[in-house]
Amino acid sequence: MSHESTYVPSTGIEKWIDERLPIIRLGYDSFVDFPTPKNLNYWYTFGGILAICLMVQIVTGVVLAMHYTAHTSLAFQSVEEIMRDVNYGWLMRYTHANGASMFFIAVYAHIARGLYYGSYKEPREILWILGVVIFLLMMATAFMGYVLPWGQMSFWGATVITSLFSAIPVIGDPIKTLLWGGFSVDNPTLNRFYALHYLLPFLIAGAVILHIWALHVPGNNNPSGVEVKDVKKDTVPFHPYYTVKDGFAIVVFLLLFATFVFYMPNALGHPDNYIEADPLVTPAHIVPEWYFLPFYAMLRAIDFNFLFINSKLGGVIVMFGSILIWFVLPWLDRSKVRSMRYRPIAKQFFFLLMISFFALGYLGAMPAEGIYVALAKGFTLYYFAYFLVILPVLSVTETPLPLPKSISEAVLADKNQKGKAKSPAPITGGAQPSPAE
Amino acid sequence: MSSTSETTTGPKGDWVQPDSSEPTKRDFIHLLAGGLAAAAGVGIVIPLVAQLAPDAAVRALATKEVSVAGVEPGQAVKTIWQGKPVFIRRLTEAELEADAQTPLSALKDKDARNANIPNGLATVENRTVDGGFVVVTGVCTHLGCVPLGTEPGENRGDYGGWFCPCHGSHYDSLGRIRKGPAPDNLTVPPLEFISDTTIRLG
Amino acid sequence: MLKRLLSAAAIAAAALPMAAGAATGGTKPLKDKEWSWEGPFGRYDKPQLQRGFQVYREVCANCHSLKLVAFRHLGEKGGPFYVEECPEELGLGESTDCSVPSQNPIIKSLAAEYTITDGPDEFGDMFERPGLPADYFPSPYANVQQATAANGGAYPPDQSLIAKARPHGPDYIYSLLTGYPDGELNTIEVPPGNYYNPYYPGDTLGLMKEEYLDEEGHLLEDKIREDEKEGYVSKEGYIYGGAFKMAPPLSDGIVTYEDGSPETVSQYAEDVTAFLQWAAEPKLEERKGMGTYVMAYLFIFAGVTYASYRQVWRNVEK
Repeated sequence: MSHESTYVPSTGIEKWIDERLPIIRLGYDSFVDFPTPKNLNYWYTFGGILAICLMVQIVTGVVLAMHYTAHTSLAFQSVEEIMRDVNYGWLMRYTHANGASMFFIAVYAHIARGLYYGSYKEPREILWILGVVIFLLMMATAFMGYVLPWGQMSFWGATVITSLFSAIPVIGDPIKTLLWGGFSVDNPTLNRFYALHYLLPFLIAGAVILHIWALHVPGNNNPSGVEVKDVKKDTVPFHPYYTVKDGFAIVVFLLLFATFVFYMPNALGHPDNYIEADPLVTPAHIVPEWYFLPFYAMLRAIDFNFLFINSKLGGVIVMFGSILIWFVLPWLDRSKVRSMRYRPIAKQFFFLLMISFFALGYLGAMPAEGIYVALAKGFTLYYFAYFLVILPVLSVTETPLPLPKSISEAVLADKNQKGKAKSPAPITGGAQPSPAE
Repeated sequence: MSSTSETTTGPKGDWVQPDSSEPTKRDFIHLLAGGLAAAAGVGIVIPLVAQLAPDAAVRALATKEVSVAGVEPGQAVKTIWQGKPVFIRRLTEAELEADAQTPLSALKDKDARNANIPNGLATVENRTVDGGFVVVTGVCTHLGCVPLGTEPGENRGDYGGWFCPCHGSHYDSLGRIRKGPAPDNLTVPPLEFISDTTIRLG
Repeated sequence: MLKRLLSAAAIAAAALPMAAGAATGGTKPLKDKEWSWEGPFGRYDKPQLQRGFQVYREVCANCHSLKLVAFRHLGEKGGPFYVEECPEELGLGESTDCSVPSQNPIIKSLAAEYTITDGPDEFGDMFERPGLPADYFPSPYANVQQATAANGGAYPPDQSLIAKARPHGPDYIYSLLTGYPDGELNTIEVPPGNYYNPYYPGDTLGLMKEEYLDEEGHLLEDKIREDEKEGYVSKEGYIYGGAFKMAPPLSDGIVTYEDGSPETVSQYAEDVTAFLQWAAEPKLEERKGMGTYVMAYLFIFAGVTYASYRQVWRNVEK
């Protein structure tokens, strides 16, 4: 939806700048006059929310870095000095720690929206792939950030996760030693994690710029999944229409964020991380942060050898594979219809996927024994089947519902339906008020 | 969101025309939203700047007690307060007399530079405390080097006080600048004799 | 769709405390005490913090360190000995600001009662001096090894963060301190130097007397239920909790309160729990105070932004 620039420099200075570095024009064309489908629902506000999350994390992170000491003998203490002595240090740290959780809440919503409305499909494959790259970078950043306070969970989380690499045949152990910079997680590990934890967010910011660039070439997808036909009828300019809508959603999101920071700052953390790291004592239950639990459950679900792959390597392959599979998703789902609204069968499977993912999150927090492992196996199997079998098969076999001719027609149809049924099914009413309203 | 007031003129694209009735009421809500966003931005800046200030641990060390029990006339000691050196020198009778005879007009800086005596002149009384103690922060007022002259055998400069080796500033025994690029006398920190032999700095 | 996801999230969230509970194993369900600092407007009870500090100082501090807390922290806003203005009867000069912890007379005299090892002096020797507000609480032992050796091989954990470092910390501390049984239990045998507590996350299987185990080492549940005192046997038939190295630290009358509060184990436990919660989370009052304003602001902001949003969108077909 690249459109011709409508920016007209209104002052001499703007004109002068525009002739030399048209940066105002770039901003204007991207965030003011950008034609945006007029039927985007609240699920589409998570992009803006994520931008805010990244900014919050970078700003509070830079502040924390000014007070933190990356040394095994001082890290724990320096974090507590931030909490106790630095002016507003507690606010910075609680915001940063809970900010990571908020970031993941938003990113999961954002990904689920992309999966539901087929935002990964042609011509948005690169946009989607960049999103997966950002998600992987986020996971790495969050993991290394969790190590920095040097509590028990930091230490043992680092030990367990880096040991995943030892699953790789032959070169696994040397890689692990290389990651550690020693023969166990120790000061060199802490130092390099700190350096990388500071670096990666800027890589994320760079990838986000590419992500937005890739968004602004084809333009936004929308709940109907139909491309813009007529700019006048189908779209509205980004500003003020979506700045104010995103703005509202951001404020509501900040309410949730603030509730955690001010009233339950440790609810999403683990008590063991308030105990300083002790290489001699492993906590009774090592649990990753909540946002890694579904993947953690998949890792533990593989407790059997498969052909020449032992269970350890199998778990690692499954865990990483569960995300890497997203890279090829645009080519697994060949259906021409983007939005699940018009894919009655695929939609059911999509919700099963959501349930599986939440269930895996729950199972990841449970001890790996008995029924929990069996359930985790089942849900993991479904997770992979959804991408590898169900979507490819449905691309061929499913008969989609008739698509609206245009976005404005889809909007009208929604409106009529809304008028007929007082309580429309929440699933089909993408453009209807969601609970956030 | 900050420039929502623009909506009254309508977006630049011609595909949606907001109607132009009641512009004032409409303006108000957008201006209010923008104003609240701006105020929130200011509110966020406060803690971000405040965190740069000295923290509670640093502030708690802002005072220090120093014993001067063993310091005889002619001797000097060095201590550290707020991360800066502080020189404590006990002047001899001869030095005090010589300083008393120096006219204020000979001084480059006539201000006492004494945190305990604001706006005082740089006289002997205003530069010393009980028993001829000169207490000054050992930071050259030029560019912050530590002047020599406290330890025995160090260069005391042309005026028998302190000499800053960085750019050649000469201070007299009261720590007053006499020659060189430094503009001001060495400062006297806030201090108090809390007993006959103990000084509290800060 | 959102509703479905939210309900699924609610289920998952509800499951998390269960997960945490499973981690502590088979302890007796903690006593669910109401604390003054709970809820969005909860604050510390200052006299209680002062009493709690007294209990810590006279009892706990004999074995447990409080490394992350300095004397000056006690005089900070929200702390047990914070004063806004200097008491007049002390006749302190105008230059003294008692709301500053390092100038607070209570903190100064309290710190001076401790002996701090400082140094090295100009001869390279360590020396002892009275404490200053900026000093941290001295630890009862020189190092972890010494502390471990002196306490029967178990290191008494530092107490600075203990209220946050245990699941449901305050309830746990309170339950543990008040949970020691009167006299011995019938079905278990506790080795000398160890003490049984139903709230301690340990394991009682190894403590069972032989007659309560069958030949394969399984519990004889019915027999245990029959013989054991009430409140120590779980639904599944095992004995709650475990044994550890801390002897019951509190007993009635062990600390003398000046404000007339009851000198009982449960009162001591409640007070010292409050103090430890403060020690772990000294900025709680500042946090919740600020939270009130931030939430109010955001609610108004959300309302205004929503109105602005509706206004902007009112002519768009949607």
